Amino acid sequence: MLKLLNVSKHYQLGNNLIKALNNVSLEVKTGEFISIMGPSGSGKSTFLQVASILAEPTSGQIFLKDKEVSLYNEIERAKLRNKEIGFIFQSFNLLARTSAIDNVALPLVYSGVKHSEQMRKAKEILEKVGLGDRLNNSPAQLSGGQQQRVAIARALINDPSIVFADEPTGNLDSKSGDEIMDILLKLHKEGKTIVMVTHEEEIAQCAKRQIVFKDGKIIKDFKTKTAKKKK
Amino acid sequence: MLNTFKIAIKAILVNKYRSFLTMLGVIIGVGSVVMLTAIGTGLQAYISEQFDELGANTVLVFPGDPFGEGGGFSRENQLNALANSKLEMNDVKEIEKIREFVELAVPFTTQTDNISYRNNDKSVTVVGSTHEYLVAQPSTKVEKGRFFDKNENDSKKKVVVIGFKVAEELFGSIDPIGKKVKIGNQTYTVIGMQEEAGGSFGGPSLDTYIYIPLETMFKQYDTKKILEIVVKTKSADNIPESIAAIEKQMLKKYEDDEFSVFDQSEILDTINQILGVLTIALGGISGISLLVGGIGIMNIMLVSVTERTREIGLRKALGATPNTILMQFLIEAAVLSVLGGLIGLIIAFLGTLAIQLYFPAKITLQAVILAFGVSTVVGLVFGAAPARRASKLSPIEALRYE
Repeated sequence: MLKLLNVSKHYQLGNNLIKALNNVSLEVKTGEFISIMGPSGSGKSTFLQVASILAEPTSGQIFLKDKEVSLYNEIERAKLRNKEIGFIFQSFNLLARTSAIDNVALPLVYSGVKHSEQMRKAKEILEKVGLGDRLNNSPAQLSGGQQQRVAIARALINDPSIVFADEPTGNLDSKSGDEIMDILLKLHKEGKTIVMVTHEEEIAQCAKRQIVFKDGKIIKDFKTKTAKKKK
Repeated sequence: MLNTFKIAIKAILVNKYRSFLTMLGVIIGVGSVVMLTAIGTGLQAYISEQFDELGANTVLVFPGDPFGEGGGFSRENQLNALANSKLEMNDVKEIEKIREFVELAVPFTTQTDNISYRNNDKSVTVVGSTHEYLVAQPSTKVEKGRFFDKNENDSKKKVVVIGFKVAEELFGSIDPIGKKVKIGNQTYTVIGMQEEAGGSFGGPSLDTYIYIPLETMFKQYDTKKILEIVVKTKSADNIPESIAAIEKQMLKKYEDDEFSVFDQSEILDTINQILGVLTIALGGISGISLLVGGIGIMNIMLVSVTERTREIGLRKALGATPNTILMQFLIEAAVLSVLGGLIGLIIAFLGTLAIQLYFPAKITLQAVILAFGVSTVVGLVFGAAPARRASKLSPIEALRYE
């Protein structure tokens, strides 16, 4: 599904060269649920940006579905993100003063889908995350957990090959966090490929495969027999 | 594209108050350009219309040189010319003798005097002319009674045709025909009343004029001076030749600067030239406000791009290409300026309707297209820089922006 080969990402910060990602190779198989751990500054966020084609690597190759996407230009990468990649952010990143249904439909706007079709799909997927009665509420009228569910619906609307979640429970209380994890586990069961960055051990243990970053390198990559449910 | 358009409209509607204030610059710019040029072109049209009434086969002979030194064509120049006028009846006869070109030559002159009926008294412009005056000035029409005839002029009869307002003020609802009035210290019989001519822009209204036979006038005011000779040529096609023939005749007796011969197009051209420059100047000055309006749009669009950095980052992450983002902000700027332009046009139309009550104003299609086109271009040009900035934002930087 997703393969990184000797990928590095370097930043120039003043006179210092920061090697945020240092020669990382990794393969994500279809249907895997992976959690990425590591202290802050370990490179896990940079890994997420590069792997999700948001940022270009300084060197190395990235393959998505056997295509070398690290060679794509900006427009091709935008189209690729639109079709193949779902994003879930820590701070939800919903458009303010915009209804839940319009927020969910946003990726479809950029794939040139007819408006009636956008609305039909968005409604269907919002119902799936349990917000069928909140279609026309704006983010300000929704709780944090509900907002993150809208964001998950948005990530899924184009039926992407892979979903990236960046601290999806980081801004939520534990109850809402549990609800979000339930949804992610359900998606995993349905066969979605999910890569999740988190710094909470408990949350990370929900995934069957755990990867730990330190100083821009993978220091641990192991599988647990069964994914633990939180609590 | 349609989707991008919808996104742009939505962004404008979310900030209604701010959008309106942004548009205000363009509204005022377009409104003032259209309205001020409407006044200029309206004035030109009005003057053309006045000249058209004289007819295309009309040539005017003036004393002196009203377009000469000092320039301009003012009433004061005209009065000075009259005081120094050397034109007389003999010139009229000589001009009429140019049979090849001249159909008719009608002299006239004016005086200011009082007319009274019983206790009512009014200051009027007294016009002295021949019975052919109505041919020379087709805009003057007799509503009641009749104009004086050749016989009355030759025998210096004291008869008068009065303007509409004069009749109204002196006689009220009484029929003025046949009544005796005093002009100066002489008694005249009213034989006709002129049709209402309506307001005359600048200068006194024709409704306050009275008309007496030229010979009667010469006798009463003890003068032989003529202010103007209106010449009707046989054809409208050989005006330059007619003018040359009249000038040749006049030069036998006068110096070059003691008379002038014009056709109406020459006078009209001069006036149009002056008004044209004035209209462009007015339009140009108000065009500056259009520019200021454009800068206002740029300012707000820059604020908007900064404010929506996260939104731009999100849209890019979800699949918006740099081009889509560029179009979104460009359309937003264009919609602001086009909408502002439309509102400005509506205000200009309403304003012009109001002005028309007092002043001839005329909105031209050119002015509308120009103002509207400029406002659209202003929006696009000033929207381009902020839109470009938005399209260049990196999605990661933008998503991280607080």
